[in-house]
Order: sequence, then C-alpha cells, then structure tokens
Amino acid sequence: MRIRVDPDTCQGHARCYGLAPELFDVDDYGLSTVVGDGTVPAGLEDKARLAIANCPEFAVEEID
Amino acid sequence: MTTPEPVVSWETDFDVLSPEYVADPFVIWDRLRTTCPVAHTDRRRSSWLPTTYADVVDLAHDIEHFSSLEISVIPFNGAPEREPVLAYGLPPISADPPLHTWTRRLLLPWFSHRKVQEYEPMTRSLCVELIDGFVGLGSADAARDYAQQIPVRVIASILGVPSELSDTFTGWVRDVLEFADDPERRRHGAEGLVDFFVAEVARRASEPGDDLLSDLLHSEVDGHPVEESVVLGVAALVLIAGVDTTWSAIGSSLWHLANHAGDRALLAGDPEAMPLALEELLRAYSPVTMARVVTEDIEFAGCPMKAGDKVLMNFPAANRDPAVFEDADRVVLDRQLNRHVAFGSGIHRCAGSNLARMELRVALEEWLRRIPEFRLADGAEVTWAGGQVRGPRRLPVVFEGARTGLP
Repeated sequence: MRIRVDPDTCQGHARCYGLAPELFDVDDYGLSTVVGDGTVPAGLEDKARLAIANCPEFAVEEID
Repeated sequence: MTTPEPVVSWETDFDVLSPEYVADPFVIWDRLRTTCPVAHTDRRRSSWLPTTYADVVDLAHDIEHFSSLEISVIPFNGAPEREPVLAYGLPPISADPPLHTWTRRLLLPWFSHRKVQEYEPMTRSLCVELIDGFVGLGSADAARDYAQQIPVRVIASILGVPSELSDTFTGWVRDVLEFADDPERRRHGAEGLVDFFVAEVARRASEPGDDLLSDLLHSEVDGHPVEESVVLGVAALVLIAGVDTTWSAIGSSLWHLANHAGDRALLAGDPEAMPLALEELLRAYSPVTMARVVTEDIEFAGCPMKAGDKVLMNFPAANRDPAVFEDADRVVLDRQLNRHVAFGSGIHRCAGSNLARMELRVALEEWLRRIPEFRLADGAEVTWAGGQVRGPRRLPVVFEGARTGLP
C-alpha cells in the first residue's frame, strides 16, 4: 500500500499526522507530507486508511 | 442585550441569537435539513444559514463568490465591521487572498505542531494551578473557574502581553463576540483591544521580546516591513480567536462529561482513548460559526443570494449532518470516520487548530486525573453563549473523592 498527500488540497488540519505520526510529517506551515515515498509499512495499513478517511479536505489518497 | 422577537419560521426568519437557538440549535438544524437546508432571514441584514455538510464545505471553498471581508455572524446594526485604525480588518481571517495568504504565513509557524509542543508544559501547570484552587471545595464552576481561565493565559504568553490582564482580555473578547449585538459593548471591547495593542506595539519599539507581537513587528514581506495596521489586526485576531473559542470547547466537553457517566469513566480510565475522543467532542460541540459576504448575485443551492448578503458558515451544523455522520446527534467517543470541519474548511482552516487541540487535551487530561468523578450540581443553572461562538458560560459541578494532592 502506498499513499500520498495532495499539496494543493491539504490545508493543514493535521488529522493524518495526529492519527498516524509514523506515516506523515507536518511542516511549520501545517502542510502534511508522507514519510519516505509513502509506502505503508506492514501492519500500519489500518492507520493509513484511518488517515484517508478522516482528512476533511480529501487530500490523503491511496496511490497503489 | 434586548431579547429578540420570537422566531415564527426558522426557514424564513431564523435568529441565531434567539434563546431557543442558543440553548438547543441541534433540533433546529435537524428540522431545517429536511424542510429548508439553506434558511434565510431579514433580521438585522439579509443572511443565509446552510445546515448541510456539503453546502457548508462548498461555500467555504468558493472564495470568489463568498468573501471573508465581513466575518461577523452578527451584523453590527449598520455600523461598519472594521475599526478605522484597523484598515485591513483582522487578517488573515477577515481577508481574501492575497492579503490572506501572506499574513497567514506570518502566523502559522507560531502555531505549528512543533511550536505548540513548547506551550504544553506551561498549559499543564496552569491547569494544575487552577484545579488546586478549587479541588478541595468539592464544587466549582467548570466554565468560569477553569475553562475560561486557560486559553486566555496561554495566548497572552504567546503574544508576550501580561497574563495578569486576562480578565480584561476576556471582557473585551466577550464584548466583540458574544455581545456584538450591543453597539456600546462592542465598541467598548473593540476600542479596548485596539488601544491596548497600539500601546504594546509602541512599547516594543524600545523593548523587543521573543514573542509573536515582536516577531510581527520585525518581519519583512517582499523586503518591506509589515504595516502597523496589519500588525495590530493580526495581534487583535490572535487574542480574539484564541480565547473564546477554545474556552467554549473545553467547557462544552466538560458539560458533556458531567452528563455522561459512561464517557467520563472511559476517558478517565483510558488515556489512549483521548485522541479520537477529542475529535468527537470537537465535532459534536463545534463552537465556531463564521460568516462570509456574497460578492455578486449568485444562485446557491437554489437560493437567490444577492451581493452584500451574509452567509453563515455553519460548521457546527455541518458536523451534525446525518448524511455524513452516522448517528450524528450521538457522541461516540471512538468514532472512526470523523471528517469534521470544526476548524473550518479550505484556505481559512483555523490557524490555531494545533494549539486549540493541545489546550483541550491538556485541560481534560488534568481535570480527569484529579477529578475523575463529577456531575452537574443539583439544580445547576447552566447558561450558554451562542451566535458566533457557542459554549457554556456557567457550569456548576460537584465532585467527591477528588485527588486534592498530586499523585
């Protein structure tokens, strides 16, 4: 499973980071990015799905 | 404040300041979503009230037709919303791009996730100190003695202004938000805030500090210093937006826990339940309604909106929309799907959301650690403020077996 954050859609709610700090990072302006290339380590898929399902801007998506 | 005329039709004559709406807006929204999802009123000024998640989010994202130049949900009886000295209003909240964009960038690093961690120890000791003050008494006003006291002091420290003035700050903020319908109180609050920050800015010319206000004064944008009226507006915004909102969220959460023994026991017994629970409490008791002003005649959701009309950004109602949230009117502390918009949606997402979350979490953690068992006092008269920000103003609770000393 691989995920990404759309930088044009992210508004810095930081819900993804709050739910899965292993998978996301946030910068000083609130913008979220995925850790590494967005590949979700085994066992963290549920957290990734939770992050996708809770982003108020629909900015987190599964890419493959 | 005068009591408004009773509302005869919520569809065509709504009033967010009516006692009914302040006490229990939830049943009104539930009904409007069925009968008239975007209600209208001509009270004070032609205004629209959306109640569905989809409409509120669409409105928030259409910044071309729905401007943030007028954000008060209570039109000021024809008076202009801006103080003359604040030529730019309260940017970035009352601005559209491009002013919005660069003023927001000045502010965001002060409220980043990383920066907010620095404020946590101070917030925690403040909560401990407040609880020490009443824990031995067996009763407290959880709104006035606790919730109200926390955010104002944290924000004062970030701004670098004296926290001893917190009651004064709270008074001004209530004047401009809660009592905006009363021209004298509103003026009193606005002038108090502006005069205070004018003096603080002058003081910093000779005594710069390591604080947000000093930082704003010494920032450069495109090689130019930031105009003083912008600095004043941003500083006033930080105080206004950082006080009433989080205080209301803390108060509403404690009100909920005082009334729900199961949720209280769950949160007091399992700290790991807190992250999801916080989001659920924010969803169910979202304090803040904003406003937009229509820039040109437009039909939205079948409604003929005219340039100059107000649209209330009803984030609290969006968060109770059953089309998006299963069992929307029930608080489910471990709710998994919770795309709530308590902090807004789009480019105006609350710049202080990381701070608000930290304050709410720490306030609840410290309260529950010392006072895990509490309930509303017998015959307690809980009072609520509403309009722009909804939350309890009086919340008398009693507790037994509280931990008077630190464990």
